[in-house]
Amino acid sequence: MDATILGLLLLDALQNGVVYGLLALALVLVFAVTRVILVPIGELMMFAPLSLVWLQSGRFPGTLGLALALGLLWALRERGRGRALPLLGGAGLLLLFLLARGVAPLAYLAALLLVVYLGVATYRVFFQPMREATVLALLIMAVGLHVAYQGLGLVFFGPEQFRPDPLLQGEVTVGLSWQGVLVLAFALVSVLGLYLFFRRALFGKALLAAAENRLGARLCGIRPEEAGMVAFAIASLMAALSGLLLAPLINAAYFMGFMLGLKGFVAAILGGLLSYPVAFLGALLVAVFESFTSFYASAYKDALAFLLLVPALFYQSLRAKGVEE
Amino acid sequence: MRRYLWFALLLLPFALSPFPFYLTLLNFFALSGLVALSLYVLTGLGGMTSFAQAAFMGVAAYATALLAKGTGLSPWAGLLLGLLLTLAFALVLGLLTVRLKGHFLPLSTIAWQVALYILAGNLVGLTGGHTGLTDLPALVLFGLPLDTPFRYAFLSLFLLVLLVLALHNLRESRLGRALLALRGDALTAASFGVDPAALRLKAFLLAGGIAGLAGFLYAHFLRFVNPTPFSLEASIKYLVMAVAGGVGTIPGVLLGAALFTGLEDWLKDLLPLLLGRQGNYETVAYGLVLAGILLFAPQGLWPLLARRFIWGRGPKEAAPGEGEPPKAEPLPLRAPSGGRGEVVLEAKELRKAFGGLLAVNGVSFALRRGEILALIGPNGAGKSTTFHLVTGALRPEAGRVFLFGREVTGLPPYRVHRLGLGRTFQHPHVFPEMTVLENAALATYARTRAGFLRVLFGLHREEEARALATAWEALRRVGLGDLALERADRLTAGQQRLLELARLLASGAEVLLLDEPGAGLRAGEKRELARLLLALAREGYSVLLVDHDMDLVMGLADRVVVMNYGEKIAEGTPEEVQKDPRVRAAYLGEVEAA
Repeated sequence: MDATILGLLLLDALQNGVVYGLLALALVLVFAVTRVILVPIGELMMFAPLSLVWLQSGRFPGTLGLALALGLLWALRERGRGRALPLLGGAGLLLLFLLARGVAPLAYLAALLLVVYLGVATYRVFFQPMREATVLALLIMAVGLHVAYQGLGLVFFGPEQFRPDPLLQGEVTVGLSWQGVLVLAFALVSVLGLYLFFRRALFGKALLAAAENRLGARLCGIRPEEAGMVAFAIASLMAALSGLLLAPLINAAYFMGFMLGLKGFVAAILGGLLSYPVAFLGALLVAVFESFTSFYASAYKDALAFLLLVPALFYQSLRAKGVEE
Repeated sequence: MRRYLWFALLLLPFALSPFPFYLTLLNFFALSGLVALSLYVLTGLGGMTSFAQAAFMGVAAYATALLAKGTGLSPWAGLLLGLLLTLAFALVLGLLTVRLKGHFLPLSTIAWQVALYILAGNLVGLTGGHTGLTDLPALVLFGLPLDTPFRYAFLSLFLLVLLVLALHNLRESRLGRALLALRGDALTAASFGVDPAALRLKAFLLAGGIAGLAGFLYAHFLRFVNPTPFSLEASIKYLVMAVAGGVGTIPGVLLGAALFTGLEDWLKDLLPLLLGRQGNYETVAYGLVLAGILLFAPQGLWPLLARRFIWGRGPKEAAPGEGEPPKAEPLPLRAPSGGRGEVVLEAKELRKAFGGLLAVNGVSFALRRGEILALIGPNGAGKSTTFHLVTGALRPEAGRVFLFGREVTGLPPYRVHRLGLGRTFQHPHVFPEMTVLENAALATYARTRAGFLRVLFGLHREEEARALATAWEALRRVGLGDLALERADRLTAGQQRLLELARLLASGAEVLLLDEPGAGLRAGEKRELARLLLALAREGYSVLLVDHDMDLVMGLADRVVVMNYGEKIAEGTPEEVQKDPRVRAAYLGEVEAA
């Protein structure tokens, strides 16, 4: 291996790593606020570029139907004025899609909002009614939704891979396209944005409070359902944006989100599902490891990435206290 | 006994013998049933889950396939190798995760499942990749080749029934109770001698082994292995079966296995027709069924059906003693021995802070044999924390704890308990889905030995009968004998306190730590409680109690330790501390007499 290859591998690792990192941050956030381990985040991520491709070719993606159907169930679960949000949101989404067919900039927005709406509806319909359930039951639900959404992805988009046009054409140097720079910039902005949101904005602090202590937050007037919805909205937004930016580089297909999401999980577990910075750094580590293993044994790179779990779990095990109440 | 009716399943191959297709389905049902039962152990009893049961199947299936193709040894050697490998993998995965919070194990199983699936598909030289390994030998039993679905069904169903019976044994044993307790509340289980990590690990190994057996049977039934049946989707399918049928009951998981084995075939035909193209669309149905069950019938279908059509007669699943008190001799009580007045429990200079809050600061006291020592103080004085420090639920930052002269500082609760200390909780920790008797019998865990093998083979019955007799005796002593077979959630708050006390008596502990035993009791019940505690103290039990009820404490205790703001402010007889100005100040807010 020479310096050029090393550089290429590191660049590749950085580009993938920030995406895993964003997914890991989203996972830690959702887990902290709702105790849901959001396994279907990979599907949400892939739905965005695939819906975009459909819109750009003038078709309505099946995900729109799914989102509207879930939105309807969401509205049925709400009472009174609470119904306005799902109903108006759904109507707005439909309108946006009608306008966006073939109009490139609007199509991006439509795909993005579709996924956010879908994510929030998923929370309201499937997770929020189970809020008293154990983490295990929530995890089983999440895994069930993962297979359901993945299967629906196959129904909606078929087994083919698609490559949407990049937002920015051309390469900076060999191995780094402008689109890649865009991904890095987006990651930087997201991390900064999240930091400011949680450190500076009152609402962000409220969200953290709800994550820390549900009852206490409720006593201070923070509604846990609202906190859960916001957490899901942020996570879906991050997933959808990552998906839209990454798809021109690595293609998009219904099955690809799961692997990306799993890498995010490995990173989140490195941080004990608790620490945001460790999760993000862990994601970079996962990506570097993956980059190098793919150089030596590319068929096994996805399997080998999970090897990193072993030292992470071992370390957590050593730190674990004896008996949980 | 009714449970042997399960052997009637072995008649099914005869009934279905004219329909080869249904014979094949019957075999698939038996194999799925095995895996679903492994999830009964893991999720239903142990409160864990695994998304890698199909991967465990795959390990065993590939092991036996490779051994048969490579060496030509008997497939039964392949079973041994397969089981060993499965257990080895489960051991590694388990050791890494059982000490962590509950969600790390299932998450890791996802990763492990995906990794193994990738390996099976890509190690082409070894596994044949996605083409797989073909022409495996048929199993031969007593000289008879099991090469038709009809013959094979007898083997697979027979093993299924054996496993059902073995798991019935497990449920009605010290280990079954301990697993259920662990699922509900690990601290309580640990307070009665259960080592949570060790027990979880064993349950995980058992579940892995069962899946391995299913994988072995799968390989020699199809006589062909490839990665597809060992994918994450397959693992999730088994979980859907178990959860949909009712993962907390044995009939439930089998119902789920039967339903989905039938449904899968039908879905595979129907969905592509509906959707107009080929693909694995049944996963959509699985996911949505799972979501629907979790939302609308979290206990699964079987409990719904059973409540509707079978149970007019009370919860069968939860009544091992079946009415009569067991005739067996109760377990031998270590009669409290040694001289009265000798120190049995001693705390020296205990200290514990939570962040900036100093909860316990330099507290010392000694409990003597046969006395009732009360620990009192205003809310937030650090009484419960002191309890946790003494029982091992929390580790002190400084100070030492001695039990019968042995240092137990920082030992986990299950080890402290085994030395003869039992405790109750501020809020009663009883297990609602178990009977009152089982709740009490949980406490005999540390006094009984039967391990997994003995229990699965049903060799624990004598010990089990004695454990139940012990529990029954303890219940009678606290006045709950008539309610022994009720579900524990039917008890009033006061009765739950008494049940906790019965649990202590059944555990054989001599040093009893009672956290607010009088809370929630009516006046009459309190008098009963006081009488019982005094009688126990006369017999040589040593009692340390925390309570707010001054009438109860002052009438009962030989000595009183008063705490405030984490420090001990007074100690002495009830009369002495009542006169102590600092105690009065702490309770009444009087200005301290300088």
